[in-house]
Amino acid sequence: MMSNIPAELKYVNSHEWLRLEADGTVTIGITDHAQELLGDIVFVELPQVGDELAAEATAGVVESVKAASDVYAPIAGEVVAINDELTSAPELANSDPYGAAWFFRVKPADASVLDGLMTAEQYAKEIGV
Amino acid sequence: MTTPKTTPLYDCHLAANAKIVDFAGWSMPIHYGSQLKEHEIVRADAGMFDVSHMCVLDITGADAKSFLRGLIANDVERLAFEGKALYSGMLTPEGTVIDDLIVYLTHYGYRVVVNAGTADKDIAWMLKQAQGQDVQIHVRRELAMIAVQGPNAIEKACKVIHEEWEATVKALKVFQGFPFGTVEDGWFIARTGYTGEDGLEIMLPAEEAPLFWKALISVGVAPIGLGARDTLRLEAGMNLYGHDMDETISPLEAGMGWTIAWEPADRDFIGRKALEAQRAAGVAMKQVGLVLEGRGVLREGQIVEVAGVGKGIITSGTFSPTLKHSVAIARIPAATGETAQVDLRGTLTDVRIVKMPFVRNGKKVFN
Repeated sequence: MMSNIPAELKYVNSHEWLRLEADGTVTIGITDHAQELLGDIVFVELPQVGDELAAEATAGVVESVKAASDVYAPIAGEVVAINDELTSAPELANSDPYGAAWFFRVKPADASVLDGLMTAEQYAKEIGV
Repeated sequence: MTTPKTTPLYDCHLAANAKIVDFAGWSMPIHYGSQLKEHEIVRADAGMFDVSHMCVLDITGADAKSFLRGLIANDVERLAFEGKALYSGMLTPEGTVIDDLIVYLTHYGYRVVVNAGTADKDIAWMLKQAQGQDVQIHVRRELAMIAVQGPNAIEKACKVIHEEWEATVKALKVFQGFPFGTVEDGWFIARTGYTGEDGLEIMLPAEEAPLFWKALISVGVAPIGLGARDTLRLEAGMNLYGHDMDETISPLEAGMGWTIAWEPADRDFIGRKALEAQRAAGVAMKQVGLVLEGRGVLREGQIVEVAGVGKGIITSGTFSPTLKHSVAIARIPAATGETAQVDLRGTLTDVRIVKMPFVRNGKKVFN
């Protein structure tokens, strides 16, 4: 199955995507490839607003029928919003991983870090599609 | 590395967009899109599983009955009429589980169905035990097997079997099977299954299996992967070999005490002496159901802690699609009461201990 990898996003090899918003915050979720590997997602745990996350720190958990998987903060920053809708409807992570199923939003400690992350093309190569 | 084996239905799975995984050396469908949807179809309507990787054996010869009475812990003497089936463990002399299996009494002898991953080991063990007896073990690898399960399974399956078989199939009692045509024809239909729903397990010649599979699809029976088979059997509180029991575990500690026929006392089945000694000394562990009504999923291998009593282990755990929370099968100290805690990714979490099954015929059954 071909994974959906939007060209306008940034990616990390732990399968999170990042989108720089107009207000300078960064929205983070898990990729289509990740949700496909996990199978049906039944619980999602998110960080709390106000949490200060270090880059690559555990920021949440995704539980599918198959396995539990950590969600990592791809960049350092303060959590400014979480997606409550996703907590009550975790299946959104399967059906709309880049839209309704965003996980959390951070105010980055250093937004320029995004420039060094993978492009869609590099991520596609990374996951072998 | 050996190439995984495929069943006669492999091309059918690919045509239905199955996600294929390696299962005990077989390339099998884990799901066809969504394990949760497939689970719900079996609970609400009718679904079918390719279980052709399981192994069908026919056991014949003048000594077939006495052979089986010594080989397995349940007693084939209890099979009162042709077609009747029983579930049993096949044990080591030390009283641990080599495999779990189903035996049917047939007009030609016995039909036995064993697990896929254990089939080679089982056959070698059986051949060894059969030495010096008038017993023939016929491995029927030319047969495929399709399990049709769910509240509408029998009705839908009857639309595509031979018309003249329909009345017989509809009259089958639970845990009863029947060969149609000659033994060589290969058709055998049983009212058995592994989902906690009504349904049939249909053995048939491999070359006829793809057409029959497509016919079942045409009457609204959905292909279901092994992923949903696991969540369904776990909700039904049924053991899975290699997880809930194996050659390190006694059936008395794995919820299989009911499958041991202690009477008559002079039937000397393999493992009997060890089990009797264990029973006399007291069985240290018991199998129970665990219920986690909060968030999170209980998984195989997680440690169960019982304050003041000791530790146990989860042998199968999952999110229950029917109940919308997690349930598990665990082996815990026999003295445990009604509650325990599970180490859930570093956090000790309260769970309730219940009598299984969790779900039967689509409904919650534990309190």
